[in-house]
Order: sequence, then structure tokens, then C-alpha cells
Amino acid sequence: MKLRIPILKLKDCLIVSVQWELEDQTALQFQEDLLNKIHETSARGVVIDLTPIDFIDSFIAKVLGDVISMSSLMGAKVVITGIQPAVAITLIELGIRLEDVMTALDLENGLEKLQRELEA
Amino acid sequence: MGTRSSVVILSEWDIVAARQLGRNEAREVGFGTVDQARITTAISELARNIYIYAGKGKIEIERISERGSIGIIITASDEGPGIPDVRKVMEDGFSTSGGLGAGVPGVRRLMDDFKLDTVLGEGTIIKATKWIR
Repeated sequence: MKLRIPILKLKDCLIVSVQWELEDQTALQFQEDLLNKIHETSARGVVIDLTPIDFIDSFIAKVLGDVISMSSLMGAKVVITGIQPAVAITLIELGIRLEDVMTALDLENGLEKLQRELEA
Repeated sequence: MGTRSSVVILSEWDIVAARQLGRNEAREVGFGTVDQARITTAISELARNIYIYAGKGKIEIERISERGSIGIIITASDEGPGIPDVRKVMEDGFSTSGGLGAGVPGVRRLMDDFKLDTVLGEGTIIKATKWIR
């Protein structure tokens, strides 16, 4: 059974809403799918919304960090949105720093931030 | 000593099963959302270590009550190769698997009590406890 995370296109951006707990294969599949979609659509920005996610372990954090770097190599900027308080606390306690990662409180703020970045 | 449940770790799917069990237990025992996330994350790291380094092992989750306090003990046990240099794996940033190296020291920070026993060639047992504050 392989669940795939849907990736939506809105103008020159891609929107990803992660709706369920990420397991390893889904996360790795998502990495590939997102990069292919950036290639297909020539998207310049991506918002990944994690609002429903209630924990992130070091593996998922690594996959997320990697996909942000990979997207950047392809010329697309990524904003992470919707990190819950419990997730922020456990990530830092775990010792994970997602440095140089653009973040915003929610999808709306994330899209605004991305638009500003792309216009700059 | 209280009720105990366990998940055998053999595949990546068992990592998911172990953390789901942990999250449910943590919620039922009465932990808040932040502690639920801490416990779920700790189990995920421990289960992944078993999967990567030992190939096979077990995560046990036990409810405990002691002197009026309620808590959860996570026991991660395997019969893998053991850890040659415990001090090194307790250092932040050390990992031999190409991961982020957040594993063991991260788990210690997420939980209240932490105990690691390892014998080369015989295996590793990690016990991590979280109490409701």
C-alpha cells in the first residue's frame, strides 16, 4: 500500500498539504514526486503545510530538509507552514535545527511570504 | 507495575505501529499534547535504531504508578551487535547511519529518565521513562 501526497499547482507555486502521519516510504515518494512536479510545471515556489502533523522524528525532518535543498537546486523556494507547538518543541529538544528554512504560521501567510520572496 | 503492551520491530511499518501504540497509551494515561509528541517521537527514534542497527527487536510500553505519580516506560530491546562506544552515541551529532544523529541523545532529552545497557555481540536495552507532571 503506497499513499501519495497530493501536490496542487496554483499559478507559479505548488501547494502541498500533508494530511496524515508520514511513514518512511510515503515521505521518500513525496520527495521524488515534488521534484518531478517542479520540473513539469516550472514552479518557482512551494508551500508545504504540516498543520495536521502532530510529531516529526529525525527521519522525517531529514527528508523535509533534503527536499528543501533539492528544490532549491532546481530553482524553487520552499516555505514550511503550520508547525504545531508540540512539534516545534520536540524538534528542538530532539536536537534538530531546520536552519535557513523559510517558515510561516499558516498556509495563507506562507503563500504571502513566498510571493514576496519571488518578487524580490 | 502496570499494564504492558509491545510491538515487534521487523520492518518500517512496525516503526509506525510502535509509535501509534505509544501515542494511544500516552493519551489514555493522560499526557498532554506536547508530552504525547515527545513520547511518540522518542519511540520512533528507538524503533528506527532497532530497525537500522539490529534488524529485529521489540518496543514495550508499560504504564507505571509510583508514589502517586503516573507515567510510561518505553523499553527498546534487541539482540543486535551492541554499541561499541556508548559515550560516542550519546554525543550530539554522532550517527553511523547517515541520519541526523539526533537519535539517542535526543531521546534522553525528550524523556525524564533514561538508561542504556549494551553488551557487544549480545544486544542493547534502552529504558526511557516519562512522568505526568
